[in-house]
Amino acid sequence: MLATVRSSVLVGVRAVRVEVQADVGRGLPSFTVVGLGDAAVMEARERVRSALKTSGYQFPDGRVVVNLAPAPLRKHGTGFDVPIALAILIATGQLPTKLADGRAAVGELSLDGSVRPVAGMLAHAVAATRDGIGLLGPADAAAELTWLEGLCFLAVRSLSDLKTGTPSAPAPLRRSTCEAAGVPDLSEVAGHAAAKRALEIAAAGGHDLLLVGPPGSGKTMLARRVPGILPALNVDERLETALVHSVAGLDVSRVLAGTRPFRAPHHTCSIAGLIGGGTPPRPGEVSLAHNGVLFLDELPEFGPAALQTLRQPMEDGRLTLVRAEACLEYPARFTLVAAMNPCPCGHSGDPVKHCSCAPSAVSRYTNRVGGPLMDRIDICVRVDRVEPGAIISGTDCGEASERVRVRVCRARKSATARDCPTADLRGVKLLEACALTKSAGDTLRALASSAHLSGRAVTRILRVARTVADLESAERVGEEHVLEALGYRQAVDG
Amino acid sequence: MDAKELGRKGEDAAAAYVERCGMRMLERNWRCALGEVDLIALDSGALVMFEVKTRRSTRTGVPEEAVGPKKQRKIVRLAEAYLQGMAEPPELVRFDVISITLLTENRAVLRHHPAAFVVS
Repeated sequence: MLATVRSSVLVGVRAVRVEVQADVGRGLPSFTVVGLGDAAVMEARERVRSALKTSGYQFPDGRVVVNLAPAPLRKHGTGFDVPIALAILIATGQLPTKLADGRAAVGELSLDGSVRPVAGMLAHAVAATRDGIGLLGPADAAAELTWLEGLCFLAVRSLSDLKTGTPSAPAPLRRSTCEAAGVPDLSEVAGHAAAKRALEIAAAGGHDLLLVGPPGSGKTMLARRVPGILPALNVDERLETALVHSVAGLDVSRVLAGTRPFRAPHHTCSIAGLIGGGTPPRPGEVSLAHNGVLFLDELPEFGPAALQTLRQPMEDGRLTLVRAEACLEYPARFTLVAAMNPCPCGHSGDPVKHCSCAPSAVSRYTNRVGGPLMDRIDICVRVDRVEPGAIISGTDCGEASERVRVRVCRARKSATARDCPTADLRGVKLLEACALTKSAGDTLRALASSAHLSGRAVTRILRVARTVADLESAERVGEEHVLEALGYRQAVDG
Repeated sequence: MDAKELGRKGEDAAAAYVERCGMRMLERNWRCALGEVDLIALDSGALVMFEVKTRRSTRTGVPEEAVGPKKQRKIVRLAEAYLQGMAEPPELVRFDVISITLLTENRAVLRHHPAAFVVS
């Protein structure tokens, strides 16, 4: 009268194996679930009881004990409904034991017995594939799982499906490969040649970018066009990114189609919202922007504590959250695109409109971002207001995103040939990759000493210079590349 | 008719119903130090503990609503005590509720809720 069904629980973006054991025996009628489940797991009892009855099964009259092993691991979520129901049905002989052989089960139950998808179906499927077993789950999740190679997925619409023997797996759905759809195009933006160039470099090298300019000058408009000039996600990146989105309970169809994520959290975003956390833990915006763009509009308006938490993921490309019960790791390799006004009124440095802010107010405003974070931003560019004439006439629009993207892809290809992303190059490797010409070396040395540049600043200038050279398919980094990179730096230093 | 009398009349009606259903009556008003079980019967091998609730009207809700979590826990404890005294404890135990609502002096509605609750 004992049955075991395999399932899994989410820990970070990984699913960890859990065994659902059901013991149905004599005694006073009761239904207990043990094994450190949260409130949602405890409520499974009522859903399972109703779902079994409405699907035409018998709920056992005796004592029912369900254990979720390993018992010390915290279990959360509604994904245990289906394995609990299966374990009870197998223990009472209403379903054959072989249904649970070589297969894990995950899914939420409705009171009418239909099986609903839960957050992180992709992570559960990855875990099942890793363990070399199949997965029984909601039919609605099938589309999300077709990307996974070698997964044996048994799609179930309702618990009553299982009565008529093992349902046949549905035909694998067609993998959609449609390109980035619905992303605004760069050709819709008039003027802004310098900013567009900066966007291109940032996209090509994965460099972090800061746009500074008066209100209404088009910072947000430009930032929203970054995903359009980024190359489509490759197969590995799709899976990595989709995994995070799946765990957060978001739609993964766009990511699986290759569109890079673009996350734009509002500046009232909490620390947990930005980097992840909570109970049960959920990935934050930085992880949802993995392999894509994290856009922080009105950068100084973000809480200083929240901003400083960005430093670790910006350096490491991943995020480690240590909590009392677990240590979670989320991927967080994103390109930061930030926008801010140069001062509280927004017109500092404007050639026409005068800034009405006191100098102390300006420095207080810019200091809110903090030096360490500013130092980590490779490219800083001013976005000035465009002549109204250029907007009204609609001329001076420049290139379409598609053409820029071709150049970005080419530059990325030459960066991949060095088998280290440009934004991660350091030390000797960086110098080797740059292969500075003599004049370039001299210029950098002279300017670095006159401007008192830090070691990190020089490193970052070299990385940007490398990307600029990549865009021109240049083998070695020349003087003009260094000078352009330095130009983006000086805007940061004032 | 006072509350005590009403309760007894209800229990009589419930006992008649239980026997009419083909269950074998084991106890009526079984008492121990913990309290009292209205009816205990055997329904084809399963031991059934009955709680009978009788009301004159549904003004204050239907009678079965009165069998709340506290009352349920009490009946469960009583069942444990009763099982301990049995020479051959049965395989299954069930907790049923019978609710009786009086319509007129001599007419009433009886509702039987088999397996109304389980041990929580």
